[in-house]
Amino acid sequence: MSDVDQSRIRNFCIVAHIDHGKSTLADRIIEKTGLLTSREMQAQVLDNMELERERGITIKAQTVRIIYTAKDGKEYILNLIDTPGHVDFNYEVSRSLAACEGAILVVDASQGIEAQTLANVYMALEHDLEVFPVINKIDLPSAHPDEVKEEIEDVIGLEAQDAPLVSAKNGIGIDEVLEAIVEKVPAPSGDPDAPLQALIFDSVYDSYKGVIVFCRLKEGRIRKGTRVRMMATGAEAEVVEVGYFGPGQFIPCEELSAGLVGYFTASIKNVKDTRVGDTVTDAANPCAEPLPGYKKVQSMVYCGIYPADAADYTDLRDALEKLQLNDASLKYEPETSIALGFGFRCGFLGLLHLDVIQERLEREYDLDLVTTAPGVIYKVYKTNGEVIELTNPSNLPDPSEIEHMEEPIVNAEIMVSTEYIGPIMQLCQERRGKYLSTEYIETTRALLKYELPLNEIIYDFFDALKSRSRGYASFDYELKGYEPSKLVKLDILINHEQVDALSFIVHADGAYERGRKMCEKLVNEIPRHLFEIPIQASVGGKIIARTTVRAMRKDVLAKCYGGDISRKKKLLEKQKEGKKRMRQVGSVEIPQSAFMSVLKLDNDD
Amino acid sequence: MIDTDLMLYVHIPFCVRKCAYCDFLSAPAGDAVREQYVEELCREIADYKGKAGHRPVSSVFFGGGTPSLLTGEQMSRILDTIRNCFTLTEDAEISMEMNPGTVTMENLVQYKAAGVGRISIGLQSMQEEELSLLGRIHDAHTFLECYEMARKAGFSNINVDLMMGLPGQKREALADTLKKVTDLSPEHISLYSLILEEHTPLYETYADSDKLLSQEEDRALYHMAVAMLEEKGYHQYEISNFAKEGFFCRHNEGYWRRRPYLSFGIGAASFFEEVRWNNTSSLSDYLAGDHAPADQEILTLKDAMEEFMFLGLRTTAGICRETFEEAFEEDYETVYGEVTRKLIAQGLLQEREEGGKHFVSCTGEGLDLNNLVGGAFLLEDGE
Repeated sequence: MSDVDQSRIRNFCIVAHIDHGKSTLADRIIEKTGLLTSREMQAQVLDNMELERERGITIKAQTVRIIYTAKDGKEYILNLIDTPGHVDFNYEVSRSLAACEGAILVVDASQGIEAQTLANVYMALEHDLEVFPVINKIDLPSAHPDEVKEEIEDVIGLEAQDAPLVSAKNGIGIDEVLEAIVEKVPAPSGDPDAPLQALIFDSVYDSYKGVIVFCRLKEGRIRKGTRVRMMATGAEAEVVEVGYFGPGQFIPCEELSAGLVGYFTASIKNVKDTRVGDTVTDAANPCAEPLPGYKKVQSMVYCGIYPADAADYTDLRDALEKLQLNDASLKYEPETSIALGFGFRCGFLGLLHLDVIQERLEREYDLDLVTTAPGVIYKVYKTNGEVIELTNPSNLPDPSEIEHMEEPIVNAEIMVSTEYIGPIMQLCQERRGKYLSTEYIETTRALLKYELPLNEIIYDFFDALKSRSRGYASFDYELKGYEPSKLVKLDILINHEQVDALSFIVHADGAYERGRKMCEKLVNEIPRHLFEIPIQASVGGKIIARTTVRAMRKDVLAKCYGGDISRKKKLLEKQKEGKKRMRQVGSVEIPQSAFMSVLKLDNDD
Repeated sequence: MIDTDLMLYVHIPFCVRKCAYCDFLSAPAGDAVREQYVEELCREIADYKGKAGHRPVSSVFFGGGTPSLLTGEQMSRILDTIRNCFTLTEDAEISMEMNPGTVTMENLVQYKAAGVGRISIGLQSMQEEELSLLGRIHDAHTFLECYEMARKAGFSNINVDLMMGLPGQKREALADTLKKVTDLSPEHISLYSLILEEHTPLYETYADSDKLLSQEEDRALYHMAVAMLEEKGYHQYEISNFAKEGFFCRHNEGYWRRRPYLSFGIGAASFFEEVRWNNTSSLSDYLAGDHAPADQEILTLKDAMEEFMFLGLRTTAGICRETFEEAFEEDYETVYGEVTRKLIAQGLLQEREEGGKHFVSCTGEGLDLNNLVGGAFLLEDGE
């Protein structure tokens, strides 16, 4: 195969706010180009993780090559690089964007621009992509495409008058989108004979082939036998196979050259060696510079994950190991809790990432887990000059050794109907937000900008936002940096014994409120015992809130005759089984649900 | 196991209308279906002829549903069949349940003539608003008439069923019901703390209601009732059962002492030679002649010992250690010594010696927390 004609290549991605129809449009494009019949397309081809389909979001980037014969009669190679659709995966999104020359912006014809729409467009523009809008869901009765077009022009400044009007769901307007891709997305450039320079934008682990590295060739070429080097990690390996992406399958080929998107395998054992954003080059003839933009992925959110049954510890470890093969951003290390026994402190990109991992552990590995409240990484400056990155509240040094502490702050953008500005501002206020600005997108919608401490938004901020705006608010954020803050450790004592797994770091001003809520929540979670159980919240040894679980007074079935005996036995066995699954702290048995319930302390309570 | 008498239970799954709290196997049905059912019952009873060996039958209990929906003739046909197929002891206790809203003098006389000696009247409450909350078909006055008729018909062993712990129930209301009922001086009173069963109208209405009594409120009512009944000469012999001296219900006691029983009719549960089983709960299958035992459970020694404890500890007399050792040929101390001492230390159990035998029984608190006590006697597998 001679060099592919670069003028016939289009590398593009689709960006959108969640639920605006990104994945559906991707499916229609693939279907339209005849690769699969609609019957074969089991719903959304690109979202192929079960969980992704359920939640309607894309977690891992998916990629597919499509051959399209345009109206000019020529055949084009269209590489669609689908991007993860959540703020947790912003870095992955940025690397996927860097692999493209253009982006389709999907905007819902009824909802118009949302917070993520803006965030994604700005990111695409930062990467110098040619962005063109597509108005989706035009067949809905509530669609108002003309207004949405104006909004796009006014707010983003993109030409939108000739934006294709489509219904991805019903396959309307897909031809126009394909033509627009050919017309508007620039062809790639790059010299196939220059030293190899390829961008890794994803990788997956395959138990037979090892790591399959997804990359975009910027310069040079790669083929079987090429000895490649990952420039950031320094890992080297000999390429075993190169190829491109068919829908749901890998199709091997002879060679990939500058401008193309594809994959290679090289018997690499671990995705840690092939980090997203790293540059692949030819070890024998390396390029001078790596591609810009590589970052080592940072965990933003930490929590403890413990097996519900201590006997499952090794199963949990094996499961985490396997998940990490495919997900270099998942971090874990063993830790021990007095209340929960042996488990792991795990680091995640964000709360969704945490959720996804937890669900996969439970579903795919059939594990029953206890998760502690998620927290962020605090920087603890000690009086002796040492700086600790604190991921587990239990490890907080004695207050006398702490000079000061810092917490991560994010820049947040919230898009909201003007009628809900009040409640949303109040929410941000309660979450220690620092108001920056309000921009009116149109008469009925505004964009609020705030600085918010990350630890205030990882618990239930999304839920609170939705409930206070009746669903009419959308939200996006990015890390700004660390700032000094007055933080304290809130401890929970059950029957006068401190439960390490329930401790967490909180701003001093919110400690009382939070402690009170925890106590109120726990009092309903801990079953009555034979004796009264005080539940106390304390900061620095001082009790700031207290509730009491009253002693059990009644646990009896009034009737037990002939037909009730087997049933009674089952009830007793169930109670006994339930007790076994509880965690013993001192003389108190605490159900797993107690550890989970304190994660969600709704402010409206 | 020691050779003992046999008990029989006959299930009558019909009622006039389902009550708001009821999750039993019962439903309204027409005359024709009732007659068909009685016919099938007789056939099922006849199936057992000769199968229970030489065991004499000391108790027969008609439960429901509403057994008083049967005519006197139907009742006598069933009892005749039983006499044909089993040997009843001379003093056999023959009980039937009765809804005051269904009773006629004519039927009462016929039941008596058929051999019924003990009747159990489902009153539940003397408060009209409570009766309507429970969805009962009768009022307090109907009960009084029924009670009077029963006495006139010659019944000298009457139980009255009551309920307590109803949503929003006031102390005065329960005290008033208890006073009115004890004034009539029935031989036996059952008092059940309401169990809110899922899938019942009462559950739908009150499951999340703040009218539901707290544990403390429920027990305050219960303790008051126990004291009132004891004062009027009703001795508490089990969690929910009270009787004048000599009128403890033999049939009920049999369940808690693990006496064998055969049961007839749909959904009926039997226990015989350390096997428990149920009849089909489908009326149409039953009427089509399906008498096959279902959900058969063969009890191991472990199961039997556990049952002995958690059933026996429902009674105020409690369990006898010597009886345990005789029945299972196991050392009580080895099997349950430790847990017994632990529960005594917690104030849930007590011990006493009587006629050279050693008894373990619940304290008042132990009765309130009877599931906790019973659960403590479940053994680990392989123990």
